[in-house]
Amino acid sequence: MVKNITIFTTNTCGYCQMVKKYLGAKGMSYEEVNLDECPQRQAEALELSGAMTVPVTVVTKQDETQEVIVGYNLARLAPALS
Amino acid sequence: MSESKKTSRHDVIIIGGGPASLTAAIYTTREDIETLIIERGVVGGLAAVTDTIDNYPGFPDGVSGLMLSENLRKQAERFGAVIELGEVLSIHDEGNLKRLETTSGTMHARAVLIATGSDYKKVGVPGEQDYFARGVHYCATCDGAFYRDKRLAVVGGGNSAIQETIFLTRYASHIDLLVRSKIKASDVLQDELKGFIREGKVTVHLGTTTDEIIGDGKFVTKVIGTHTETGKKHDFQVDGVFVFVGLLPNTQFLDGTKIELDKIGFIKTDSNLQTALPGVFAAGDVRSGATMQIASAAGEGATAALKIREYLEGHTHPLQN
Repeated sequence: MVKNITIFTTNTCGYCQMVKKYLGAKGMSYEEVNLDECPQRQAEALELSGAMTVPVTVVTKQDETQEVIVGYNLARLAPALS
Repeated sequence: MSESKKTSRHDVIIIGGGPASLTAAIYTTREDIETLIIERGVVGGLAAVTDTIDNYPGFPDGVSGLMLSENLRKQAERFGAVIELGEVLSIHDEGNLKRLETTSGTMHARAVLIATGSDYKKVGVPGEQDYFARGVHYCATCDGAFYRDKRLAVVGGGNSAIQETIFLTRYASHIDLLVRSKIKASDVLQDELKGFIREGKVTVHLGTTTDEIIGDGKFVTKVIGTHTETGKKHDFQVDGVFVFVGLLPNTQFLDGTKIELDKIGFIKTDSNLQTALPGVFAAGDVRSGATMQIASAAGEGATAALKIREYLEGHTHPLQN
């Protein structure tokens, strides 16, 4: 079971919009961290994903394990949300 | 957006969700032709990840790629187009029906429009793959924010390279623009670029190849280039490289079909935008001879839709036999 979801985004990122739409279509709520508005959290996104890119979606499960999905990757995002 | 309207048969399946696709869907659905769009990535395609589009008619002040894509999507859905997220793996000819194997299962369509567009090409130099997303990037609007006050290189000299260089100046402290031959971007973009050159934010290196991308094991630290006339090597000390050196068509899934491709892999069509496989059409950046413009893609989408309507009128619905 999913406990919470955090998405790191930027204002201009098309793939970020797609992830948000996908979660919205599934009725899932999430916290959005916009790196244009919170550049101080870039290091956190980089640390989690190992990549200098967005979107980075962090799915935290009830048992506190985390799954980090880089980019708009439905093959990984869909099972992570199930 | 609908994620799973699972019907096995459709009047038209459009593969890809960029401007050509969405425009075609506006036309087909307005003709009451049931239409399914299958998109594997971002609705809007490369247009959706372009910062500002200044040459699409009807927007005197330009329009963000994201907004244009969103509006096209809404317009197509308003008339009944259904967009499904997934990937088409192969197309098979079954006479009046085409069978598509997709990540969502098997689908059939009376006509198919391939509008899968293109993706940015790689430079193909050592280090490019090793540092992908750790200093080597192909999407400025996605990854530019990581380079606030950092030094960047941009590789390329076409419209995309110059447009994205201009976009990246909002983040980077300095950009080295490495152009293999000369700048081929439009005059408007070149004029805008000159402002940043005067400010010292951008330095253009004409006649400079990109030979190798070097890093410290974690991130990019420099790019090595060579001046083509003097043969002299240059080190560009940068934190990241953005690559915009042309486009490669998304046609790998057509291997083994009757659909003819040109030498690079773009789809050959006749004047009706029909491929060598009757009932399968192509439009937009994936089509051989396309001008790689969003306005042209939209125009081709409209043309393809009208030709598909003619095709469907001339072919009996298989279920009516």
